[in-house]
Amino acid sequence: MIMSLLASALPMSGLLAALPVAAVNWHSVLFLLFAAVACACAVAVVLADNVVRMAFYLVLSLAATAGLFFLAGAEFVGAMQLMIYVGGTLVLLVFGVMLTAQAPFVAIKTSTGDRVLAGMVGAALLAVLLQAAFRVEPWRRPAMAAVAAPAATPIGMALLGVRVDEPVAGAPPAAVRSGYLLPFEIVSVHLLVVLVGAAYLARAKRRRTPRAIDVAASSVGPVVTAREAARSSASALVSGGQ
Amino acid sequence: MADFLINAVGLPEWLAWTITALVAAALILNVIAGGALVFIWAERKIAARIQDRLGPTRTGGRFGWLQSLADGIKLLAKEDLMPEGADGMLFKLAPYISFCASFCAFIALPFAFDFVGQRLNVGVFFVVAVLGLEVFGVILAGYASASKWSLFGSMREAAQVVSYEVPLGMCVVVPVMLAGSMDLVTIAEKQSGWLSNWYLFHDPFTFVIFWVYVTCAVASVNRAPFDLAEAESELVAGFHTEYSGLRWSFFFMAEYGSMFLVSALAAVLFLGGWNGPIPVATLLGLSEGTGDTANYFVRLIGCGNLLLKATLGVLLMMWVRWTLPRLRIDQVMTTCLKYCTPIAAAMFAGAMLWQLAFPGGVVRGISRPAGEIREGWLEGPGGLSAGRGAVGAKPTALPSAATGTPVVPTLESSIETRDVVKVGS
Amino acid sequence: MNLLSAGLPSTAIPLFAGLLDAPVGVAHYLVVGAILFTSGVVCMALKRNALGVLMGIELVLNGANVNFVAFSSPYLRGEGAASLGLDGQLIALFVILLAAAEAAVALAITLNFYNNHATVDIDQADDLKG
Repeated sequence: MIMSLLASALPMSGLLAALPVAAVNWHSVLFLLFAAVACACAVAVVLADNVVRMAFYLVLSLAATAGLFFLAGAEFVGAMQLMIYVGGTLVLLVFGVMLTAQAPFVAIKTSTGDRVLAGMVGAALLAVLLQAAFRVEPWRRPAMAAVAAPAATPIGMALLGVRVDEPVAGAPPAAVRSGYLLPFEIVSVHLLVVLVGAAYLARAKRRRTPRAIDVAASSVGPVVTAREAARSSASALVSGGQ
Repeated sequence: MADFLINAVGLPEWLAWTITALVAAALILNVIAGGALVFIWAERKIAARIQDRLGPTRTGGRFGWLQSLADGIKLLAKEDLMPEGADGMLFKLAPYISFCASFCAFIALPFAFDFVGQRLNVGVFFVVAVLGLEVFGVILAGYASASKWSLFGSMREAAQVVSYEVPLGMCVVVPVMLAGSMDLVTIAEKQSGWLSNWYLFHDPFTFVIFWVYVTCAVASVNRAPFDLAEAESELVAGFHTEYSGLRWSFFFMAEYGSMFLVSALAAVLFLGGWNGPIPVATLLGLSEGTGDTANYFVRLIGCGNLLLKATLGVLLMMWVRWTLPRLRIDQVMTTCLKYCTPIAAAMFAGAMLWQLAFPGGVVRGISRPAGEIREGWLEGPGGLSAGRGAVGAKPTALPSAATGTPVVPTLESSIETRDVVKVGS
Repeated sequence: MNLLSAGLPSTAIPLFAGLLDAPVGVAHYLVVGAILFTSGVVCMALKRNALGVLMGIELVLNGANVNFVAFSSPYLRGEGAASLGLDGQLIALFVILLAAAEAAVALAITLNFYNNHATVDIDQADDLKG
């Protein structure tokens, strides 16, 4: 590192006088890139009308958020975000979108009054949050340089109840550093319950009267567009038929 | 390489990192694109020979090795079609999403000890996570094509890929457990030495897990016998029915890229990575401290070794494709849920018990001393062995600082940790 | 050094720090988190498609996650500032897990509603009204 500082004083720096920047902080540039994608796609989710496009913008936004996590040094959380959130939850959401994206529901319009009200609420909330973000002085100061220790094993050990990470610099000496074994177990049981519950809710039920969706599908008539047939076939495929 | 640019050529640090990153990205792109060229030709030849015919024999001499180039030119010249009811933006973006997912997973894949795009502490997790994102391109392609057949194919493929991520994750966890780290470089380095050090031969449970991994990997990349998403005889061409020309070729580059990726991942996790059956470097007397050129040469050999193993894996996938009949969707799901997942779970439990019973290994590797502490996580970036060299990386420390001394949590401060995690003695 | 803030008063906040050589701090991450959170809230308030509301919920949870990770990051810590350390990352992990669980159940409910009422328009979900 010291050598690099010395080396940069070599005559090559003469060439750089032509460039408009003295140095590019790639960390910040990449942060801006990921932040711009995340925020732009989040706003696009709100503004889009077509629900499939909303799902696509949400995927991009959450993937950019994972990039932000990697930049902040939370590599394990970033990989978890990619695998579980983007690769699991959003796939589930997109499946749901595909199953229900019949023609009248793909783009449902909201009334103008609702939109104005929601916009005002959003603007007020954003103003409060932004001024809170910039109010605390230590949050604005440039960060000190740090090299983070690998976090995967400390996270795993913390989930087993043992904290092996270094205590944070500014923490009081008597700070409690608790393990996360109990929340880990609770979340495991919770996921099991959710698995059983979702499977139960989504089971194929034997019905005496036809479902409203089947009545609606049959009332459309013999002239059905390819997309309608595809949707109903896809839903029958996945729900196992009635 | 960044250090070379900074020290020898005298570029400022940010420019050196930029150039290094661009070179690394270009190299990975060449691996995927060049690999796709070679694999397309290889597929046609292998398919032909298995079917008792010759394959391409005219373009470029007797063996038709310019066939891939001819295919590429044909695809470039094809008409750019889009169905009438298709969602324009999603239709055009879908192939690139697939390709991006396939390409990004190569960031964390090491080709030799120092030849890695970004040495991530959670390398294995990252690669498996990004592999699972390819399914979005497929779903969007199927939906945006406004065609019943495309949608069927894409839904089936999404269900298949998402289901097979579960046993794939379990298979991948076994080498992580054996090495003590999710860092791919560490996992491969732990297998250095002779053939017996490979995790494939570590214990019978890992051996079985390797074959379960092969099955799950083949299903993840939608190759036969799990390729009902592109089932040519049933769904025309599945989710890419409506794609032609360059967009179709992006789907296929993504597929061959993923095949290469899972093969290379298998090589790193189970087959020793860049460490060959014979420790060539040690036999030749070359080691880490013998100077930059010798180091580079050793790593080049290792890189070639890994590419060879990955290519053999891809050729195995092609062989299986043209030998076995295709499975139905319910058979695919049965294989995943009733066979792969329980077997993977049982083998994982078995490998764990084996580690408890024989911590130093039953047949000890010739080059590894007994009682080595398996604290693989400390050997990552910022760890004890401080292997920070990377071919291309964005700076993880800010340019105004860092003397480069890593911050290592000390084990002495938590004695009970040492008793819990140490399995050697 | 920051050309863009040269014309602003001396108490200017380095908003576009990243374009030049000033590094980002926690505040920049909090801005991203705020935008994600607000987009989620507006999405929940605005959309009439049940799945659109679900997407709003995901955005809200991600905004909170960005905040947690920013507070726990060792790179963004200012001089002498407190940090959540590993706790922030662990909390973010739990948020991701619980979001997945909640999305699964919400989707099951939505699909049941769709099967029974042939619509995903939440304005039509008024069977229990009055």
